Amino acid sequence: MSAPLYELRQVEVSYEGRRILEVDQLAVQPGETLVVVGPNGAGKSTLLRLLNFLEPPSGGTLLFRGEPAPHPAPLELRRRVTTVFQRPALLNRTVWDNVAYGLRVRGRVPAEPLCDLLRRLDLEGLAHARAGSLSGGEAQRVALARALAVEPEVLLLDEPTANLDPYNLSVVEGMIQRLRAEGSCTLVVVTHNVFQARRLADRVAMLHGGRLIEAAAAAVFFDHPRDPRAAAFVRGELVA
Amino acid sequence: MLKASKLLLLSLVVVLVLAGCAPAEPAVLRLATTTSTADSGLLEAILPSFEEAFDARVDVVAVGTGQAIELGQNGDADVILVHARAREDEFVAAGFGLARSDVMYNDFIVVGPDVDPAGIRGLATAAEAFAAIAAAEARFASRGDDSGTHTKELSIWTAAGLEPSPDQGWYLSLGQGMGETLQFANESGAYTLADRGTFLAQRDTLLDLMILFGGESIAENPDAKLYNPYGVIPVNPEMHEGIQAELAQHFVEWLTSVETQEQIGSYGVDRFGQPLFYPDSEPYRQAHP
Amino acid sequence: MPEGFLADLIEIVILTIRVTGVALAAATLLGVPGGALMAFSRFPGRRLLVAIIYTGMGLPPVVVGLVVYLVLSRSGPLGALGWLFTPAAMTVAQTVIALPLVIGLTMTGLESVDPQLRLQLRALGADRRQESWALLGEARSAVIAAVVAGFGGIISEVGAAMLVGGNIEGQTRVLSTAIVLGTRMGEYSLALVLGGILLALAFLVNIVFIRLQHRPPWWPGR
Repeated sequence: MSAPLYELRQVEVSYEGRRILEVDQLAVQPGETLVVVGPNGAGKSTLLRLLNFLEPPSGGTLLFRGEPAPHPAPLELRRRVTTVFQRPALLNRTVWDNVAYGLRVRGRVPAEPLCDLLRRLDLEGLAHARAGSLSGGEAQRVALARALAVEPEVLLLDEPTANLDPYNLSVVEGMIQRLRAEGSCTLVVVTHNVFQARRLADRVAMLHGGRLIEAAAAAVFFDHPRDPRAAAFVRGELVA
Repeated sequence: MLKASKLLLLSLVVVLVLAGCAPAEPAVLRLATTTSTADSGLLEAILPSFEEAFDARVDVVAVGTGQAIELGQNGDADVILVHARAREDEFVAAGFGLARSDVMYNDFIVVGPDVDPAGIRGLATAAEAFAAIAAAEARFASRGDDSGTHTKELSIWTAAGLEPSPDQGWYLSLGQGMGETLQFANESGAYTLADRGTFLAQRDTLLDLMILFGGESIAENPDAKLYNPYGVIPVNPEMHEGIQAELAQHFVEWLTSVETQEQIGSYGVDRFGQPLFYPDSEPYRQAHP
Repeated sequence: MPEGFLADLIEIVILTIRVTGVALAAATLLGVPGGALMAFSRFPGRRLLVAIIYTGMGLPPVVVGLVVYLVLSRSGPLGALGWLFTPAAMTVAQTVIALPLVIGLTMTGLESVDPQLRLQLRALGADRRQESWALLGEARSAVIAAVVAGFGGIISEVGAAMLVGGNIEGQTRVLSTAIVLGTRMGEYSLALVLGGILLALAFLVNIVFIRLQHRPPWWPGR
């Protein structure tokens, strides 16, 4: 087993005295797809913000490639990771300009590979459409294209298909599977959908009430969950 | 934000540069005077000869009497030309001005609607006219703005033994300049005290207003109390930095010189058939005893 | 009409454009970044500053004029600048009047941009400057409206212009003060003509602003 990409030790995040997230120990391996599950308000989005270096932990250590991540994180570090959120937040511009945004921010010129990307996400015909004219599914595909355009080391996805119809869901998941197969990108996917978790996960971590209650390889998590709440989730029950 | 502070700096520089940018200019003399004086057009007519003779520019700031004196006190004007004798004397006594010189005078008249509800035509003095207006409770528009005209108006009420106030309904205190007050009197058929110059200049637009007391020219004005003398006072340079004392002194000398005085005396004759101002400086009186 | 009238009129119009133009430019250059700072930063005393800005938006312009006069007076702290009764003083007063409007409306315009968008832009690797530019672009309509509000507040303002400018013929006479002079002297038709010119000027400028609001974005993402 190679050195972990991320390591969280005694990490906690608190706002105004309230503890939002508590992770005793968690590691993310390079190239793997970690799926994070748990009920609403469990702290999943907070975890992603930590991993994208958008927010520092209130306590504990967050290591990236073995080094503690400083805060504020240097731009160079932040730019290795990007996030796709549940609701696509596009700029009021064309699809092309949106997808190219991350590149331009990094001082790079959008080129041919961008067209491939659009094609693979079925966005070719929409390149000159304004963001405001897109459907929800189209917009989310644009958000994914925008994230992939910068070729991130780590791609975080926060409930990326929660609002999508089956077609768009399949396009997005299809891209995620492709990235898994290529193995160059580390993926962390937050979902509340146990079936999606089964489809995508190499490993699964479950948060509940802000605490990490179970983390294991997919096979172990789904076949032999230890925590009763994890077991309930695996059975498809709503976990409060 | 770096961007924000850069922009802040840039804009400050822009403003300062633009403000500081001025082509080479002649010396500037700032004259604070009253709106009635400026509105008569006299200054426009005579100032060019001063500006040429001294390669200067005279910036005329026309405000109410009170404000003109205030500008002098603050050193924001180099010389003041007003018509409020008591306050001019106070100004010099308090050290704000160097000395007061007579310049010219004109007179006040009482104007009102042709029907003359208070019957002031033919009365002997302004005080009597005012008393008649009060007795008839006829509408009277006061400038109410502490100007030279207003001060004169109040002194006439005092001479008549009266102290009208806005609660009485017929006495209206406008707080406005002469032009606006005349327009108001014209529209609402009110009496008012006006300086002859402003009335003559605006006569064409005041079709419902007649001269009811004071005669058609100053020669015919029965009441010497309505004379309105003007004084010019250079501001004391020791009170403030930047006063153009020398130029101000030249201005006073020029304004009171016989040549300029004669120009003043002929201003308005073509347009109104009579001068708007009568020269009255020391040098002029000596030349025309 | 007297011969020099047209020349005088042109002089007045040009001075109006100069004074208000510089004031608006200064208020925009200071106010838009200022509004962005207010929208995106949190610091102790921020609430108080917001209250001050809102109050500033409703400040009577003539009061601003009075304060600027007292400051620039020879017996005041900045008398040595010699700006009183020059266009510079009018520009200063108009900048002060317009500034709270530009800051306040830029701030609220930016605050109503989706907060999720800010997070997303940072997640895409934008630094503070890039993030602000992108957000300003999103709020472009609101920011331009802020500048329009600033413009509206000063183009026809007369109290402060009179106080600090003095309405000096050929030096500090602008359209608004010339109109007051016209009314005072009973020259109503002249005043109306000047008023018409002022309105036409304001209208033209506002059309330009409206075009700016709705043009498709002319810059690529940065």
